[in-house]
Amino acid sequence: MSLQVSDLKVYYRTLAGDVKALDGATFSIADKEIMGLAGESGCGKSTLGNSLIRLDGRMKYVAGSVTLDGNSLPIWDDDGMNEFRFRDVTVIPQYAMSAMNPTRKIGKMIGDLLESRGESYKEIKPELMRRIDLVGLQADVLGRYPIELSGGMKQRMVMVISTLLDPSLLIADEITSALDVSTQRAVAETLVSFRDHGFVKSMLVITHDVSILYQTADTILVMYAGKLAEKAPTKTIIEQPRHPYTTMLISSLPEVGVRYANKKLSGIPGSPPSLLNPPTGCRFRARCPLAFDKCLEEPPFIRIAPDHSVACWKVDGSDA
Amino acid sequence: MLSLNRVSKFYKVGIFGGKELAAVRDVSFDVNEGEVVSLIGESGSGKTTIGKMILKLIEISRGSITCEGMDVATIRGGSVKSYYRHVQGVFQDPFSSYNPIFKADRVFSMIRSEYFPDTARSEWSDKIDGVLRAVSLEPDQVLNKYPHQLSGGQLQRLLVARALLLDLKFLVADEIISMLDASTRIDVLNLLAELKGRGMGILFITHDLSLGNYISEKTVILRRGVVVEMGATDKVFGNPTHPYTKVLISSVPQLHRKWADIEAEIKAHGGDDSGSCLFHQAYPPTAGVSAPDAPTLVKVEDDHFVGCFDLGQGICQVA
Repeated sequence: MSLQVSDLKVYYRTLAGDVKALDGATFSIADKEIMGLAGESGCGKSTLGNSLIRLDGRMKYVAGSVTLDGNSLPIWDDDGMNEFRFRDVTVIPQYAMSAMNPTRKIGKMIGDLLESRGESYKEIKPELMRRIDLVGLQADVLGRYPIELSGGMKQRMVMVISTLLDPSLLIADEITSALDVSTQRAVAETLVSFRDHGFVKSMLVITHDVSILYQTADTILVMYAGKLAEKAPTKTIIEQPRHPYTTMLISSLPEVGVRYANKKLSGIPGSPPSLLNPPTGCRFRARCPLAFDKCLEEPPFIRIAPDHSVACWKVDGSDA
Repeated sequence: MLSLNRVSKFYKVGIFGGKELAAVRDVSFDVNEGEVVSLIGESGSGKTTIGKMILKLIEISRGSITCEGMDVATIRGGSVKSYYRHVQGVFQDPFSSYNPIFKADRVFSMIRSEYFPDTARSEWSDKIDGVLRAVSLEPDQVLNKYPHQLSGGQLQRLLVARALLLDLKFLVADEIISMLDASTRIDVLNLLAELKGRGMGILFITHDLSLGNYISEKTVILRRGVVVEMGATDKVFGNPTHPYTKVLISSVPQLHRKWADIEAEIKAHGGDDSGSCLFHQAYPPTAGVSAPDAPTLVKVEDDHFVGCFDLGQGICQVA
């Protein structure tokens, strides 16, 4: 097991009280696994990703533990995490296009970065050149400033930099959202090839676009309002989702190759609850067509099949 | 109702505007009443430029846009206001479309002071209730609130409601779905479909092919300012002919087919023609070679036009 997260809770401090953005997440990612994390905006998926790499000033660690390759990650300790960042845990941020220092040439910036980790730029350079070539960039990018590259090129450059020290866990946060379809595909396929080449051991891919996850991820974890809703292998989530939220989310996606002459898709009525004072019981209750009395109690995240877990009272383990 | 006739837009670039950049070249298509036309292209393909020209936000360099027989470029002075009574736009980012200092419903009172100064207060609030219901919003949930108190989907629907207050005949919807969540996206799309049912013409600008496929009757695929393929949506998506369209459609992430399967399928059908258009191979846009006119659009079947030199087999008229 590469990454294990148990009962992780991270809240945001606001004047009005704590916003419970991540309210108890337990899951694990195996070696060589790409796990996709899907959900609407404000469901806590970026909070989960960020909490594994860096908690910013507004975020408050409340409970839970994170273990990576047998080592416990001190995610509440900003300085203590420094030892793990870049070497063991690394991130491709949401706006990778603006992630590089605009005043330094790219090669120089990578040099600085490696020096800060006590690595030698000279020793790593041949491997760096090999990877730059692998993602289809020219060798002379190292002598250029970030502004000289296009958005897709910068994205690929950041991907190479982030994974240079062969980390155990890569967190990719909405990295394809701002790209065109053709670039999107290239970036998604590069992610998978990084895993295949062994540059990263396992990956957490955060996106609101379920169809991108279908193309890249091995398993998908669906979140709703700070809680885990469903986790299963990609094929199962897409073809046999069990949680009503997953079902409605997937059936509301229009697709290419389907004709919609008189068919109308429907969205999910209502909007997610405020996480300042989240409702008790199942948080999807107010929007759920299947809701019944028991939903006033919180459903446990139970295993219904060896690798399929769901948090819903309508789903029991008996038919697994 | 609205028709574009060989519309081009050149921007002056470089020091002292010494160079010209063609953002849009010779684009022609029509949008009829009760029809959604989706304009699809990647960033920099000129799709937003076309929307802005229709809305008279920028000038047209060459060619003409006519709306119900009237040349849009010649509309000046007082008639601009009456043009905007019929033609409105909604843009990508709902959060930056509002002034954060004022309440969101100020967009309604601005319409009132500009266009309906004589309407009585009670009549006006009935009208607002009416349009809010038309976009399925609850009046007491959205009125009297600041933009930051509302969700992206609500703000976007408020903007559509604002446009509906006028006697709207044509709507330019520029990437209005992109910023919204998957669960609310489809509601805004269905709203557009409903407006279409009322006889409105809609230009739906997007880079997301699956959304275009869902909502539109007609599809125009734009690449580097030139139309490469256009026609009825089921024909463009069902039988894509231009190599660029094929690449685009095969790159869309789909839910039930993996990319590798699609590629294998294309190979199995004999022919891996996923390369770029011959026109662009001969004249790559970066090479600085002045390219001759782009290939003209040729009819390949009813309601389906393709601009490509590679069609060969006697159909293609090389310009």
